[in-house]
This record gives sequence, structure tokens and C-alpha cells, in this order.
Amino acid sequence: MEFLTPPPVRRLTGEESVTEPLGPTRGLPAPPGNGNGNGNGNGSAPASPLVGGRRRIASTPLAIDRMQAEALSVAYGRKPAVDSVSLPIRQGEVLALIGPSGCGKTTLLRSLNRLTELNKDVSQSGRITLDEVDIATLDPTALRRRVTMVFQQPNPFPMSVFDNVAYVLREQAARRPKRAALRGAVRDALARAGLLDELGDDLDHPALRLSGGQQQRLCIARALAADPEVLLLDEPCSALDPQSTQVIEDLIVRLREDVAVVIVTHNLQQAYRVADYVAFMYLGRLVEYGTAGQLFRTAREQRTREYVRGEFG
Amino acid sequence: MSLLELPVSQPGPRAPRAAQSPPWRLIDRVGLAVAWLLGLLFCALAGALVLYFLVQGIKYVRPSLFLTNPSPGFTATATGGFLDPMLGTMLVSAIAMAIALPIGIGVAVWLSEYGRPAALARVAESTIEMIAGTPSIVLALFGILLFESPALGFLSRSSEGVVFGRSFFAAGAMLSLVALPLVVSNVREGLEAIPDHVREASYALGKTKFATTRRVLLPAARPSVLTGAMLGAGRVIGDTAIIVVLLGATLTFDRSGSVPLLSTLRGTGSTLTYYVFYNAPTGEGNQPTKAYAAAFVLLMIVLALNVGVDIATRRSRRLRWSS
Repeated sequence: MEFLTPPPVRRLTGEESVTEPLGPTRGLPAPPGNGNGNGNGNGSAPASPLVGGRRRIASTPLAIDRMQAEALSVAYGRKPAVDSVSLPIRQGEVLALIGPSGCGKTTLLRSLNRLTELNKDVSQSGRITLDEVDIATLDPTALRRRVTMVFQQPNPFPMSVFDNVAYVLREQAARRPKRAALRGAVRDALARAGLLDELGDDLDHPALRLSGGQQQRLCIARALAADPEVLLLDEPCSALDPQSTQVIEDLIVRLREDVAVVIVTHNLQQAYRVADYVAFMYLGRLVEYGTAGQLFRTAREQRTREYVRGEFG
Repeated sequence: MSLLELPVSQPGPRAPRAAQSPPWRLIDRVGLAVAWLLGLLFCALAGALVLYFLVQGIKYVRPSLFLTNPSPGFTATATGGFLDPMLGTMLVSAIAMAIALPIGIGVAVWLSEYGRPAALARVAESTIEMIAGTPSIVLALFGILLFESPALGFLSRSSEGVVFGRSFFAAGAMLSLVALPLVVSNVREGLEAIPDHVREASYALGKTKFATTRRVLLPAARPSVLTGAMLGAGRVIGDTAIIVVLLGATLTFDRSGSVPLLSTLRGTGSTLTYYVFYNAPTGEGNQPTKAYAAAFVLLMIVLALNVGVDIATRRSRRLRWSS
């Protein structure tokens, strides 16, 4: 009796159908599907072809270093959450952070735009740079406009779609820009998030009346409206249905050209589908960092192989 | 293929619920009956109240009552209507809410979003609770003490250095204390119902705490602000003690000075509640029909506010985040 995880959501049509060649069998991208107990089935065979809907083969040619974490440690009170992690974040690539619950993925993500500071008893050592500038020296609000974030729960603000996006563009100055002056930028952000066509001209629709997937894309549009260099996504699809997940994954892959994308996910198949690089974290440490293909197929570390195979997590 | 070969062993039709669950114990059944009875009793009480005043109101409310002022007399026709007390009710609640709403929202935002140092927040909290628990007649006495002081003499009538201390300003200011706790607790509740990830979403876009509060949190809590305002206004409209002591309880406006609106605000007057009190069978005026008519109007205002609160809370429930 074989234990089967549901097959991955796959692109049905695709203008960017540069997926990896499909394997012989109906594919589960990552071996977790085949981890049937004894575990030395096809997971340990490095040659076993990984199959399924990778969104494309190679990473884009131009990958620019945007952020760099250097020996970053974060602790809540006495409890360490992230333990001397160093890794690069590049524009043109999607970086996925994977690992079991409580391994520090989200903390790492939140420290990239200093959201961790909202927690009073957090302490941090090591440093993070954004374009070679230590982010600790930046004004947090300025930093967060350059490194924006989308959350697990779709959380549009209780106002119209237009105002949700315009909120980002309106400076906190006494003089607020006129609606007409913002229209272009708002439509542009919505278009980048693939929401403009669906909504048409009805931008006064209350944002909380949209479907869950649309709400989340609105949150992405909002995050893009600030024209950030880095986009952080904290399990953006975990509250969504498969169809919306697919739309958002496509979006993520398209976005990596313009922004460095970091995504935290519990879903290994999702990491495999969208990421160029994958970082596997365990107990606050960065266990392994590598390209998606390498990490899922020929992981160097025993822990990674076990996790990717679905033996714990 | 597997779809067509689903296991056939579907569960049979469910047994009726009554057959499944064991019979309730006697005490539970008695308890349920008592709960039902009490519920019906309260519905009947509320219904009787509204119905009674509806009947009385329809019997005694005349359009002329809204248009004429109270005047001294012994017959129903001679004593006039309640124009000034009605305007007084509106005026005094407008003053009270104009003070209580901004302060209440400010306190609620501070308690919910800042609240530091924690000791100060605790003190603020218990202060508000204390005000909420203070009988309004005590507030009224304190108000007299306050507004009779020479420093605040400009808010009421004074002659030769003696400050009268009774005016719409004085009553409105003290009545705002009656409304304040309701505003604070409702706004605070509304703010605290907003999940933290919504705040963080705003911070993560590079917004300050102030901008987040002003542009996201307060608009999101608007139904609660409305609820607090309406509940507060209901309390203000219903209060009598402060009116008797601090508004001077003159049945018509007794203006002080010559500046149009300011003279009214500095002068004395009364409200519908005092009008009812005055005309009740035990009161000085003793025109029960007038009291019934005024009570009916008062009840309608408060009912309208309650309906407003209901609509506001219902709307707040409709548009929410999954938490």
C-alpha cells in the first residue's frame, strides 16, 4: 500500500512552459510522496529524476546580490530562534526557506525588514545588509518600503481596493496626493499582481469582499506598490485553495525579474515549483543552502535528505 | 477509474436525533424551562414598556408640544410644550459627545496601541472604571465645586465675583464623563479585535505607528467607535441628576449675555428627562400627560440609538479577516 500525497498543482497552460522534462511517472516533484517507511527507495538514489511542474529550468541570467545575512542570530528572550545564519538574497531568483515548524524561517524572514523589532524582548547579533548598507543603520520605515512583506493570512485593509494600494503611495505628509495622481501607479501595481484584468475598473470594490486568492494578490500588489527591492512572502498560499495557489506561484516566478523574492513555505512541492535556491533550516540553523534541484535531489546533508523525503517535519 | 469504484459502504440514514441522545436529567429540564420563562418575561416586560408608552404617547403627543415652550400654569393647555427641553437635550448631548468622543478615542488608542509604561496604563484603566462606577449625582456635586470656582467663571453666569456655576457648558462637561467610559471601552474593544497581522502588514509597508492607527486601525474600528458614541449618547440623554444640579433646571433657556449661541451655552436650561421629572405626578409641575408625551419622545430617541448600535455591530461582523 503506497502512501500518496496529493499530486502537485501543475500549470495547465503556460506561456512560460519552460518546465523541466516530465518524468516517466505521474510526478511528485519532491520525494516526500514516496517516503514509504523504509525511505531508501528512490530518495537515496541521487539519479532519480525529479519530475513535476518546475516553473522553468534555469535561473535568470542576471542575478544581483541584494541582501546578505551575515552570521545572523536572533533570540526571543533567552530562546534562540535563528542561530548564526549567513545567506545571500538575490534579485532575479526566488529563495525559498523551508524547514519544520519553529525552525526559525519566519523569524529570519521578519528580521530582513526588522519586523522582529516589534517584539520587545528580541535580541539580535550579526548583521544584514541591503545593497551593502547595514539595515540597522537605516530608518525602519524607509527599510520596510524597500523590503516589503506579504503575510500568511490575506489582510487587506478595510477599505476599497484602490485605497489599499494607494495607502502605500500616500506619504505621511500633510499634503496627500490626489486620487487622479495615484491612479496610474495603483493600476500598475494591480497589473503586476495580475489583478487588474479581473477587477476591471471596479477599483472601489471593498477589498474584504474579494475572494481569498484575490485578497492575497491585492496584498502582493500593495507590497509591490512601494516599488521594493526585496519582497518577503510568509507562507502566502497556506490559507488559499489550490487554484489561487497556482495563480500566486506563477506570479512569484514572474516577479523575480524585478525584485528579489524570499518565500517561507511549509509546502516542499511549492518550494520545488517556485524556488531557484532553497535554504533548509532546522532548529534555528541553516543546514543547507543550494539550488532547488540540488537540494531536492542530491542534498549533501543527511538531515536535508530526510526532511525533503518527508521523514520528519 | 478509482473515482467510479468508491467504497459502497455508505452510512445509512441517520437515526433521528431524539433516539440517539439519552433523555436529559430532571434538573436540566427544569433549568431550561426557567431560562425560557425568564427570557419570555423580559421580552414581555420590554414589550409592555414600549407598548404602554406608545399608547400613552400617541394619546398625548401633539405636534404643538414640539413647537411651544413650557410656561407656568395649572392646565394642560396653559403649560405649553417641551421645545426648549428637547433642544436642551440635543445641545447638552452634543457638548458632552464633542468632549467625550475625541478624548475617549484618544485614551482607547493609547491603551490599546501604546499602553506604556504599563503602570500608567493600569492607572488609566482603573480611573476610567472608577468614573464609570461613579453615580452621576456625585459627578454633579463635583461639577458644582469645579464650575463655581472663579477660574471657570467665564463658562457660566457670574455677578460681582460670585460664580453661578450652572450652565450648558458645565452640564455638558460633566456629562461627558458619563459617556467617556463607554466610548473608551467600545473603541478599545474594536481596536483589540483587529488581528496583529493587520498592524504588521501596515508596518511592513513602511508605515509609522501613527499612520497605521490613523489610516488603518481607526477606520477598521469605525463600527465600534459608532457603537461607543451611540451608547454614550444614550447615557447622556438619559441622565437627570447632572441636569438638575448643573444645568440650573430652568424649563426654558435662560440666556446669559448677548452673543447668540454663546449666551445659550453659558445660560441655564433643562432637558427632556428633567421635563419628565418635573411633570411627573410627584413633580412640581404635575402634568402627567405632558410627562408621558415627553417620556415617549425620550424612549423613541433611545430606541433609535439602540437600532443604530445594532446596525453598526452587524456591519462590523460582516467584513472581517480570518484570524
